[in-house]
Amino acid sequence: MKSGRFWAWVVFVLGAAYFFIPLIATVEFSMRMRRGAYSFDAYQIVLGDPRFQATFMYSVIAAIFTIILGVLIVVPAAYWIRLRLPQLRPVVEFITLLPLVIPAIVIVFGYIRMYGSNSPLPFLGSDTGTNSLLVIGYATLALPYMYRAVDTGLRTIDVRTLTEAAQILGAGWGTIITRIILPNVLIAVLSGAFLTFAIVIGEFTMASLLNRPAFGPYLQNIGANRAYEPAALAIIAFVITWGCMSLIQILSRFAPRSSNRPN
Amino acid sequence: MADPFLSIQHVRKSFGATTVVQDFNLDVEPGEFVSFLGPSGCGKTTVLRMVAGFEEPSAGKIVVAGKDITRLKPNQRNVGMVFQAYALFPNLTVAQNIAFGLKVAGMPKADTDRRVAEMLDIIKLPQMGDRYPYQLSGGQQQRVALARAIAPKPKLLLLDEPLSALDAKVRVSLREEIRSIQKKLGITTIFVTHDQEEALSISDRIAVMYGGKAEQVGTPFEIYNRPATKFVANFVGTLNVLEGTVTDAASGKVKVSTQEVSLKGKLNGSKSGDTLSLALRPEAISLGRQPGRDSSLSGEISEVHFLGSVIRVRVGIGGNTVSLDTFNSPATPPPAVGEKAEISFSSGDMLVLH
Repeated sequence: MKSGRFWAWVVFVLGAAYFFIPLIATVEFSMRMRRGAYSFDAYQIVLGDPRFQATFMYSVIAAIFTIILGVLIVVPAAYWIRLRLPQLRPVVEFITLLPLVIPAIVIVFGYIRMYGSNSPLPFLGSDTGTNSLLVIGYATLALPYMYRAVDTGLRTIDVRTLTEAAQILGAGWGTIITRIILPNVLIAVLSGAFLTFAIVIGEFTMASLLNRPAFGPYLQNIGANRAYEPAALAIIAFVITWGCMSLIQILSRFAPRSSNRPN
Repeated sequence: MADPFLSIQHVRKSFGATTVVQDFNLDVEPGEFVSFLGPSGCGKTTVLRMVAGFEEPSAGKIVVAGKDITRLKPNQRNVGMVFQAYALFPNLTVAQNIAFGLKVAGMPKADTDRRVAEMLDIIKLPQMGDRYPYQLSGGQQQRVALARAIAPKPKLLLLDEPLSALDAKVRVSLREEIRSIQKKLGITTIFVTHDQEEALSISDRIAVMYGGKAEQVGTPFEIYNRPATKFVANFVGTLNVLEGTVTDAASGKVKVSTQEVSLKGKLNGSKSGDTLSLALRPEAISLGRQPGRDSSLSGEISEVHFLGSVIRVRVGIGGNTVSLDTFNSPATPPPAVGEKAEISFSSGDMLVLH
């Protein structure tokens, strides 16, 4: 028993070391900008860089629009498939997995060919059009995560009975989705939203090839030309991602609980 | 006679090649409590769901208060429904659940609050308005579901096995509560159940269903005492079935094993030599000869089960076994297995099953 516990601790320490040593090394390196002393100079430079602020804000706004688009597409689709077309679930699951298999570069080249300024749908002919296309592309990239999160949320409630209970009380589809279904899968939607946020914040390929001033290309640019700032940026990106994950955990405490799933 | 409030006319429902409801007809009077009773898969829930609008009939029509609602959507029917699985909205409190239908209908907030308070009083949970469904017991949740269903004053209340998920004690008290609320509000109600005791105890009428058809529609008394078919007789209550052969159709003589009983006037259409199934309820049989009972059969006691206030006795008569209950009397020892015994009954209580 004691020996088992000892080896468990050994495995735990090794695992923690594997995870934390590179992280600590990156933090340590990011703080060595000033010769002979630790400082937050790299962080100050990065956070004070107007391009950091502009690209970060651009990506945050793009992420918000991507989340809205994702929720508008995925929640009704996943709900309808659970309610009326369960036989289509494997097909839809396969389709939602495609963005993991098809590289972003293929998707973006497809977009450029399909929506170039000479095409019938010239999305790329204007900034607004290109921004919209980027958001659509991001929504596609985030689809596997958003769909799975929402579908898992829907699995925890009795979609059909709740829908019928609301219908018989006079509710239409809009009321059912906004007042019954969405609030009950809100935590799942938020999980999907934060994953989407994390993907969009760091995405490089689409933003770069569509020539958008996003955070991903900025990260790449800094990484290629500076020494300490990329490490500081990596830590900032890490903190943002962990912040998102922590928010999911905190918000899940406020999830509506059903009688058969009280805790 | 007034027009029926709910009229289900020649309704049929098929899923692909399978017909689950065939030519179902039923008229329900205003304020009546009608139960659909039958085994799983008999089509009772499908008929209820067609009345609710969740399934569209393949043929036939459904009329409520003179209006054909067959093709109306569920949210246009003004029907209340209580589901087996409670179906309370987990994200809403008890009060918000009850208010849901009222808000959807656009009722002003003050009226909604008043109605919710009234409903909470009716279901005897006046202090529970702020609780969430997961904080309630199963019985309380189902009472809230009932309040939510009747709050918008629906024309018709549909109850889809609302007591099945509850334990026995709560089931009995809640069914009485449902019946008393239904009587108080005078709301026309359809109750689906597979529990005969439930159906017999609270219904004005029962439709016993089998194979997608109503085998018999009648009052609980009629259903129990005058079952129209073999299925109804077997499904409702406990029944002793004896095989007999008609020896003299004209005088109504039937031979059970080696003994003869007289069933004058009950053998309509049977000929001498025909084999019949004869049925007797346990409570129609007495052990030993009793005054006022015109028929008897002799046999041997095969089993005795002491159940406290009653003793269940099984008597073998040739190849048949008859089960009957006698009251326990501390002064009299219970009958013993292997004893010869005579059972007596009134020939009028014997049912000939077709």
